[in-house]
Amino acid sequence: MRYPMEMIVSDLACARGGVPVLEGVSFTLAAGQALLLRGPNGIGKTTLLRTLAGLQPALAGQVSVPPETMAYAAHADGLKATLTVTENLQFWARIFGQRGIDRALEDFNLTDLAGRAAQNLSAGQKRRLGLARLLVTGRPIWVLDEPTVSLDVASVALFGAAVRRHLDGGGAALIATHIDLGFPAGQLDVTPFRAQPRGLDHFDEAFA
Amino acid sequence: MIALLLRDLNLAVRAGGGFGLGLAFFLIVTVLVPFGVGPEGAILSTIAPGILWVGALLACLLSLDRIFALDFEDGSLDLLATAPIPLEGVVAMKAAAHWFTTGLPLTLAAPVLGLLLNLDGAGYGWLVASLALGTPALSMIGTFGAALTVGLKRGGLLLSLLVLPLYVPTLIFGAETVKRGADGMATGTALMMLGAITLAASALLPFAAAAAIRINLR
Amino acid sequence: MSLWEYANPQKFMQTSSVLLPFVSVLTAVCLVVGLVWGFFLTPEAANFGSTVKIIYVHVPSAMMAINAWVMMLVTSLIWLIRRHHVSALAARAAAPIGLTMTVIALITGAIWGEPMWGTYWAWDPRLTSFLILFLFYLGYIALWEAIENPDAAADLTSVLCIVGSVFALLSRYAVNFWNQGLHQGATLSLDKEENISDVYWLPLVICIAGFVLLFVTLVLVRTRTEIRARRIKALVARERMG
Repeated sequence: MRYPMEMIVSDLACARGGVPVLEGVSFTLAAGQALLLRGPNGIGKTTLLRTLAGLQPALAGQVSVPPETMAYAAHADGLKATLTVTENLQFWARIFGQRGIDRALEDFNLTDLAGRAAQNLSAGQKRRLGLARLLVTGRPIWVLDEPTVSLDVASVALFGAAVRRHLDGGGAALIATHIDLGFPAGQLDVTPFRAQPRGLDHFDEAFA
Repeated sequence: MIALLLRDLNLAVRAGGGFGLGLAFFLIVTVLVPFGVGPEGAILSTIAPGILWVGALLACLLSLDRIFALDFEDGSLDLLATAPIPLEGVVAMKAAAHWFTTGLPLTLAAPVLGLLLNLDGAGYGWLVASLALGTPALSMIGTFGAALTVGLKRGGLLLSLLVLPLYVPTLIFGAETVKRGADGMATGTALMMLGAITLAASALLPFAAAAAIRINLR
Repeated sequence: MSLWEYANPQKFMQTSSVLLPFVSVLTAVCLVVGLVWGFFLTPEAANFGSTVKIIYVHVPSAMMAINAWVMMLVTSLIWLIRRHHVSALAARAAAPIGLTMTVIALITGAIWGEPMWGTYWAWDPRLTSFLILFLFYLGYIALWEAIENPDAAADLTSVLCIVGSVFALLSRYAVNFWNQGLHQGATLSLDKEENISDVYWLPLVICIAGFVLLFVTLVLVRTRTEIRARRIKALVARERMG
């Protein structure tokens, strides 16, 4: 990748709906590394990822990361039903100031579907298109929330290969997932970081 | 940012109803009024400026809740918020797309409807001028209202309640321009105020709207 | 010791519980003295008859309708800048009071307008502006009610309050441009020597003081309620977390 990058998260606390869910989260993600977030449903993985992506403010702690290096992908793919696969990808490429979507189409085996409207894709195909979007952002740090939902075994392998190529190219990936993606990656179980209710003495200014 | 504008226009064309619905609503409102107040030409030509402006305003209101709702539901708004273009720019482009799909067609169709309402001959130029100057403000103010209510399940009615009071000055200066123009009076002040509202709204409201979206996304 | 210490909910609850009895008594005294004096102990005006006495409710409520919005604007700004929850909750507490004051001003104005102008309602700039203000209050309160997350609701209503204030001022100007009206000028102003005769002036000032105190009392009570409601919500959320 073009510039050296590293994501350093220190003592991060985040809240969902005004209630703290995780606190004291610290880790470092360097170029070429992948980190899988583990933990039971509802523990706050999505909240953590949204906080890291800058969509919501952190309660405490710091996220140190070079500006405009993160590409975020969540449960919703951000696809427009009436646009074709090519048009959807081209739109996001232009928004991120990139050109060339052919590699993304090839990597996720979408070339044959390129002219089809997104509303005529299956759930798994839509998901692949949503993930192909990551490649056209040109950003080195991928922040992914359950990327393999509704993917079949072959597509998971495609995704795994794409992530591995991304890592080899100097990128990094932070992925919340429950399954094995078939490439070497660090694991971070967020269960120990579950926020403890504070004593009632502090229960004033923030009402939490 | 132009890509966003083009995509929104493209979507409006393909989904159908983007251009047509507001326009059809404007037509129906204008056609219904004579049934309500009677066919006398004198009365109609007196109320024509007001009816045309209120009709255009309601037609604008109709499509406001779709400005951000679709992008919010399919996750595009999250992705746009993390994209390199500033959210203020996204808001401005959304308002521009709304204007191209509602304000502009309304402006072009208004003279025909003015004919139906027996608008005075001197008023047509001012009708088009005031709508061309004023409808961008309606789109921009409406986009701000849509940004406030984007996360709400049933935001439509609340959106109208929030936006309509904000539309009052634009409506007053717009209808006043046409009324004075039709009566052969000076329209300078009203038209200039209309332009001022549009310029100030386009300059300042994107910041307020972008702030509201950031709050709604978190 | 800084002023902002009172923005701490606990400190606010303590201070307001001490203040409330005094303010309440003072409110009652001012309102009783002002209204009784105004209604029963002033002569009837030559050209107005006894209808003039509605001024003791009409003018103070109209003033408070505007002042309540100004107070909401200030507390909204404090919330956005300094993130004090009490400030946001005070804005929320003031809105229904401001709405009520607006309604009182509109209704007493209609009652007064009938004998004076021969109509309950006229599209006069002042009357119209109050009607628009009424709509702004409605929208503001509806937005508070519609949003689940209390912090997001506080943020969004604050943004609406700021933008709304600009548009409310603009509407005032636009309405003046649209129609010059029937309504007389301001009853009290600093730059004029004498607006109404002294007989009416003193009870009116007492009534205005009474309405200001009434507003303060009600805002204190309602802010206390909002703080308690907010605490309960936070406690329930803690419970759910286990």
